Amino acid sequence: MSETLVITGAQLLGATSADIIIEDGVIAEVGTGLTRTGARVIDAAGLVALPGLVDLHTHLREPGFEASETILTGTRAAAAGGFTAVFAMPNTSPVADTAGVVEQELALGEAAGYATVQPIGAVTVGQKGERLAELGAMATSRAQVRVFSDDGFCVWDPLIMRRALEYVKSFDGVIAQHAQDPRLTEGAQMNEGTVSAELGLAGWPAVAEESIIARDVLLAEHVGSRLHVCHLSTAGSVDIIRWAKKRGVDVTAEVTPHHLLLTDELVRGYDARFKVNPPLRREEDVLAVREGLADGTIDIVATDHAPHPSEHKACEWQAAANGMVGLESALRVVHQSMVQTGLLGWADVARVMSSTPARIGRLSGHGTPLAAGQPAHITLYDPAVDGVFTAADLHGRSVNSPYLGRALPGRVEYTVHGGVLTVDGGTVVEELGA
Amino acid sequence: MRHLLDTRTLDRATALRILDVAEDMADTQSREVKKLPTLRGKTVVNLFFEDSTRTRISFEAAAKRLSADVINFAAKGSSVSKGESLKDTAQTLEAIGADAVVVRHPGSGAPQTLATSGWISAGVVNAGDGTHEHPTQALLDAFTIRKRRFGADSRGRDLSGLRVTIVGDVLHSRVARSNVWLLTTLGAEVTLVSPPTLVPQNVSLWPVRVVYDLDEALAEGPDAVMMLRIQLERMNAAYFPTEREYSRRWGLDARRVAALPGGSIVLHPGPMNRGLEISSEAADSPRSTVLEQVSNGVSVRMAVLYLLLAGERDDERGGDL
Repeated sequence: MSETLVITGAQLLGATSADIIIEDGVIAEVGTGLTRTGARVIDAAGLVALPGLVDLHTHLREPGFEASETILTGTRAAAAGGFTAVFAMPNTSPVADTAGVVEQELALGEAAGYATVQPIGAVTVGQKGERLAELGAMATSRAQVRVFSDDGFCVWDPLIMRRALEYVKSFDGVIAQHAQDPRLTEGAQMNEGTVSAELGLAGWPAVAEESIIARDVLLAEHVGSRLHVCHLSTAGSVDIIRWAKKRGVDVTAEVTPHHLLLTDELVRGYDARFKVNPPLRREEDVLAVREGLADGTIDIVATDHAPHPSEHKACEWQAAANGMVGLESALRVVHQSMVQTGLLGWADVARVMSSTPARIGRLSGHGTPLAAGQPAHITLYDPAVDGVFTAADLHGRSVNSPYLGRALPGRVEYTVHGGVLTVDGGTVVEELGA
Repeated sequence: MRHLLDTRTLDRATALRILDVAEDMADTQSREVKKLPTLRGKTVVNLFFEDSTRTRISFEAAAKRLSADVINFAAKGSSVSKGESLKDTAQTLEAIGADAVVVRHPGSGAPQTLATSGWISAGVVNAGDGTHEHPTQALLDAFTIRKRRFGADSRGRDLSGLRVTIVGDVLHSRVARSNVWLLTTLGAEVTLVSPPTLVPQNVSLWPVRVVYDLDEALAEGPDAVMMLRIQLERMNAAYFPTEREYSRRWGLDARRVAALPGGSIVLHPGPMNRGLEISSEAADSPRSTVLEQVSNGVSVRMAVLYLLLAGERDDERGGDL
C-alpha cells in the first residue's frame, strides 16, 4: 500500500487553491483544511496541480536498444517530466508487432513502477509496410493495445492504410500515422527551404507530410475510421486538419514540444542535436502549430522522446540519428511556448497533455479529473521559477536534448503515480514506496 | 585566419587579402626554384573522405611548395556504421600533431563539425563538403576572373561591375554555392542558369538572379560563364529527361561560345564532361580558363595555408590575417 499523502494549498489546474488527500492510490478527498493523522504532508503552496501527464508518443528503446534507453530509465525520465503514463512506440528490436512483445513491455513497465507503460503495436509486420501485423492479437493481449503505428516509417501504401484503418474499428483502435511520403524525402536531412538551400542539406519538404495527411483524412472519412496524426509540423498540415475536422472526419493530431519552440535556423551550426524527423521547420510553421494547438485543431502535445547514444550525435550531420529526448523538458517547453505566450491556460495544458492523450489512446484510469474517487496520478509544477535546462535535468540514459543551455521556466516538484511519489521535491525517487 | 570553412561568412577584406597573397605566391611560381621555406616544420594533413585527385594534388603541391610536411589520409566511410568515426579520425590527427587539416567530405557541414567540436586544435580548410561549399575553388575562380580582367594590375581590386553566369546543377553544387557568396561579396553580379529541377527550391535569400534559358542569359553578354559539372548519377533521378536534351538546352556548345562577346571567358572546375555540359570547341577555345584555374588553384591554396599557419593564429574564425 502506498503512504497517505496530504497535499496542501495546490492550485488545481492553476486556479483554485485546495488540499488533496491521497490514500490507497486514489484521491480520497479534495477540499480545504484537510488533514490526516500520520500522513506525509506536502506543502504545495504556489504549485500548479495537474492530472499526471500522459505521453502518446515515447520511444523507450527496450527491447533491443538498451544502450539508448530502457523501460526503467525511460520511465524515470517520464516521472522527472511529470508524466505518469507513456505510450511506447513499437520500433524496438524485435519490433512490437506481436502479442508477446507488447506483453513483455507491459510487464517491464509494471516492474519499473515509475509510470504506466502502454505499448503501441506496429501496424505492419516488422514496420515494413507490407502485411498487417496481428492487430487483433495485440488488442486482446494483456497489453490491450488500442494505438497502432509504424512510427519512424509512414504506412505509405494507400491500400494497406485503408485496410488498417478499417480493421481496427472492431476493437476501437486508432492508427497513428507518421506522415512522410518516402519518395519525396529520400536522403532528406532537414526542412526544405531557405536554410537547406544555403547549407546544402537535402530537403524534407512540407508537402511530403501534408500530402499524406490529406490522403489519410480522406481515407478515414471514406471508411468511417479513427485516425491520429503523429508529430504534425507544418502550417499546411494544420490547415488540412482544420478542414478535415470541419467536415466531421474523426481525426486527432499531435505536435511535439520542439516543433512548438525551435526552428530550422538552429541547423546552421550543423549540431546534430537539432536533427529530428520530421525536421525543425520555419518560424511561420512554429506560429501556425501554436495557433492550431490553441484553437483545438491540434488535440495534444506528445514528446516523441527519442534517445540516442552520444556516438550517434557526436558526428557529422548526415551520419547522425534523428531524434531528441523530450520527456523531462516537455512541460517546461509548453509552459514557455504556450502558457507564457497567453495561448493556453493550465486547464488547457491538462487537456492537451493528460486527458485528451489518454482518451485518444483509450487508456482508462489516466487523465482523469483531480477529484475524489479518481486514481491518484498527479503532477505538481512550480511555474514561478526560472532556470536553464542542463544535463542535470535529464534522467534517462541519453543526453541528446536540444534544450541544453537554453533558458526554460518552471520545475516539476512532485509526481505521484498511482499514489506513489516518483518525484519528491524535484528529485526522482530512487526507491519507490509502493 | 583560424579556419577556412565557407565563403558565406568571408568578408570582402579577408577575401581580397587571400587573393592578393595568392598573387604573391603566383609570382614565386615563375621562379626557377619554386619552393619557399615559409611553413617548414608545419604538418598539413589532407583528409579525404571522398576521392578527388585534382583537389588533393593541388593542396599537396601548395603545401609542399611552402615546405610543409604533407600527410595524405584517404579515409573511407563516413558513418559510425561504416568505419571509424569522424571524431576518432580527428583525434588521431590531433595525436599525430597536425597543424592544419584539409578536409574533403561527402557530408555537408563536416568541416564545420570538425572545426567546432573541440576534437582537434588544428586549423581546418574545407576542401569541399557535400553539396555545401568549396571555398578554395571559388577563390581560385575569383582569382582567375580577376587575373584575366586586370592582369598585372589585379592586386587590391574586387569584381565590381563584372557579370558572371553560372550554368548547370546548382542544387548539388558546392562550387556554385561558394561562388555565389564570394563573387557577390566581391561586387560581381551573379546569374544562375539551371533547369528548374536543379536549383534549390527556395533561393529567395540568395543575392542572385535565376533564369532557366541559357540563350537568354548569354545574350546579355556576361563577362564570365562558369559551367558546372553534371554528375551522371543525376540521370536516374528525373532531374532532366536525357543527356541529349540537357546538352541541347544547357550545354555550352560551339554556337553559344561563338556568340559570346570578345572579352568573355569560360570557366569549368573540372573534371569536364565533354559533349555534355561543355563542348570541346568551348573547352579548348582561347576563352577557356580551365588550365589557368588549375595553376591558380595552387597559388590560392598556398595563400590559404600561409594565412592559416604562418605567424600567430588568432582564435576568431575568419579574423584578422
